[in-house]
Amino acid sequence: MTAHTAADRLTQTAKGVSPAGAAATLTLAIENMHCGGCLRSVERAALKVPGVRTARASLAAKRVSMVYDPDRAGAGDVIDALQAAGFAAAAIEAGKQSRDDARQNYLLRRVAVAGFAAMNIMLISIAVWSGEASDMDPALASAFRWVSALIALPTVAYAGQPFFSSALGALKGRRLNMDVPISLAILLATGMSLYQTLRGGQQVYFDAAVSLLFFLLVGRFLDETLRVRARGEAQNLLSLQSGMATVIEPGGAQLQVPAHALRPGDRLLVSTGERIGADGVVLEGTGQVDQSLITGETAPLTVSSGQEVYAGSLNLTRPLRIEVRAADSATLLAEISRLMLAAEQGKARYRRLADRAAAIYAPAVHGLGLATFLGWLLVGASWQTAVTYAIAVLIITCPCALALAVPAVQIAAASRLFRRRIIVKAADGIERIAETDMVVFDKTGTLTVGRPQLIEDERISDDALTAAAGLACASKHPYARAIVAAAEQRLGRAVPASGPEEVPGCGLKRTLKQGEERIGSAEWCGVESGGEESEVWYRRDSQAPVRFRFDDRVRSDAGDVVAALRSRGYRLALLSGDRIAVVERIAREVGIETWRAELKPTDKIAWLDQRAAEGRKVLMIGDGLNDAPALAAAHASMSPASAADISQRAADFIFQGEKLAPIVDAISTAKQARSMALQNFVVALVYNVICVPLAMAGMVTPLIAAIAMSTSSILVTANAARLAGRGSP
Amino acid sequence: MTALAWLVPVALLLGALGLAAFMWALRSGQFEDLEGAAYRALEDDPLEDDDIGKE
Repeated sequence: MTAHTAADRLTQTAKGVSPAGAAATLTLAIENMHCGGCLRSVERAALKVPGVRTARASLAAKRVSMVYDPDRAGAGDVIDALQAAGFAAAAIEAGKQSRDDARQNYLLRRVAVAGFAAMNIMLISIAVWSGEASDMDPALASAFRWVSALIALPTVAYAGQPFFSSALGALKGRRLNMDVPISLAILLATGMSLYQTLRGGQQVYFDAAVSLLFFLLVGRFLDETLRVRARGEAQNLLSLQSGMATVIEPGGAQLQVPAHALRPGDRLLVSTGERIGADGVVLEGTGQVDQSLITGETAPLTVSSGQEVYAGSLNLTRPLRIEVRAADSATLLAEISRLMLAAEQGKARYRRLADRAAAIYAPAVHGLGLATFLGWLLVGASWQTAVTYAIAVLIITCPCALALAVPAVQIAAASRLFRRRIIVKAADGIERIAETDMVVFDKTGTLTVGRPQLIEDERISDDALTAAAGLACASKHPYARAIVAAAEQRLGRAVPASGPEEVPGCGLKRTLKQGEERIGSAEWCGVESGGEESEVWYRRDSQAPVRFRFDDRVRSDAGDVVAALRSRGYRLALLSGDRIAVVERIAREVGIETWRAELKPTDKIAWLDQRAAEGRKVLMIGDGLNDAPALAAAHASMSPASAADISQRAADFIFQGEKLAPIVDAISTAKQARSMALQNFVVALVYNVICVPLAMAGMVTPLIAAIAMSTSSILVTANAARLAGRGSP
Repeated sequence: MTALAWLVPVALLLGALGLAAFMWALRSGQFEDLEGAAYRALEDDPLEDDDIGKE
């Protein structure tokens, strides 16, 4: 066991760096902060906690960062204070956040420098170009070129770093990516311009090289902003969901600890209606847990001491004491993680559209450059002239438009999806989802809401329902809640009965003046079971018992979404860990013909592998722990925001809300994005078809190069903006 | 023409000043929450814990 007390750990996990006695920093995700008023309330509430020195909330990130005194306050105090002020909050691991910020600022600084340099060089270049047409003193023109060189050289060295290092990395791995031709073009353009400046020549391309760098950096920065924002949102969701767990210290004191800070050997108290924070063994108590998030099974499972329970299970009937299991043991989570890792390795081979284009583009460009050089030598030009023209070809073909074509479109697509509450997690997810031709659903929590609902039956009289609901009000069991909800729907209200007593694993009873009434399992009510697990009985004295049956409700638009996908030519399938009868019924209800039931995570992967071998590209949609490996293995994947956190980590997209419509949204946006990226490639191609022959013929001047490059970049970006500009569907 | 000898450096210097100002703003965290900044401008009383630029 560790020597840490839970109190130690609370501050340790929540803060970034903390030498003893120094101030610690803490970042919390805030769930419902929407306006300037909320911003102030959050900061005020945090500052009122003794020991908190500064608090600064961010509306864009939906987070609050604070500096506090670890001896006087802890993460738990601040979270409680925020809760009291009406804001759900959860601690965030600080490391990733600061890394993301640093990378963003790294790019933004380079954008600023390149922008400054591009403007000034362009200003000077315009003077030189117009000077060529009139009567500019050649000495002055030369001086201006020197000034350009002085600005351009440090700029290229500084602002070009992201491209140079990426190109170097690709070359070391014996690959070609888009950054290789970019780096080559920038370096060659700068090098040749310097050479020409030294010689007093006129082929000076500093303006083209630096404005190219500026445009590319803007694209890179936007791309990074998108990724950081997506990662941040996903992290907020996860932190808010995993929440806090109650640890019982050896002395008996209870302490709130963030779930991710739990250690093996910790003893947890899990109250009813709470999710279990970690894999563990039941120490004490018998109760029912809902493992639908883990196994896909909707019927509650009865557990007693010595039995294993898994993180993410919902405790239904009565408080349980649980001992956290070692994380490295053969827990379900460890097994799932292993499967996921294997599945992800298979997918790492995916190559992005831009990289595939670069693999064709780069050799073509270099070939053309070489052909120009050899061609001019053959017709008898001096080698200097041949080199100059060959370099002009490389500069004019520099894939500025090409490198912007894909990121610009993806940013536009992702921000449109953001507005529709779909979080794009994987940068290449938009490309992959556009290629899919088959959609595979999980059942529980994906096609269905994941909560049982009473099946209406005329044999259930209003009186019986009223009485049953009265008893059921006292329980947090999902079946009890379903009865209460049904009573509220049918009769308008449910009045709690006085004096009910809950017997875990059985049901509820209360003593009346004459006899007693009971609600619960068939055995509890003394009736022959109908053979179904998902049923509850109500009995009053010797009156005939009443049976209540439940099933999991299908999401309201599941049928429509399935039909919409089918009409677009998608193959559909349903894979579930639940029992055959249930899966078959749901499949028929939503209209999916291909279904498999009682599958283990490995079976799901095997099924997906078969489809992949048949050449199908599968979009997997799932939420449970048991779906996580399949989500990682599929060509593309989506999870609802209610999913187990490991599934959210594995998925490419996360959608929020009660409906499935975001699936269709995501697919159609991705397809539009792909056709726009292709349009952009065509624009870039047309530009090259016009300009390359000019360059090969030695007719490209610095003015033509600068104009051609800027127009193609602006055209491509404007085309991408059309996607973001389109309103609601 | 000799005017250019000092006009060009002055123009570049002014531009560089702007760049430096941007770098300072970036470093002091003024671009971290663009949405919140819009609301903060509307606040009447200064936040006592306003720590922009201190860290």
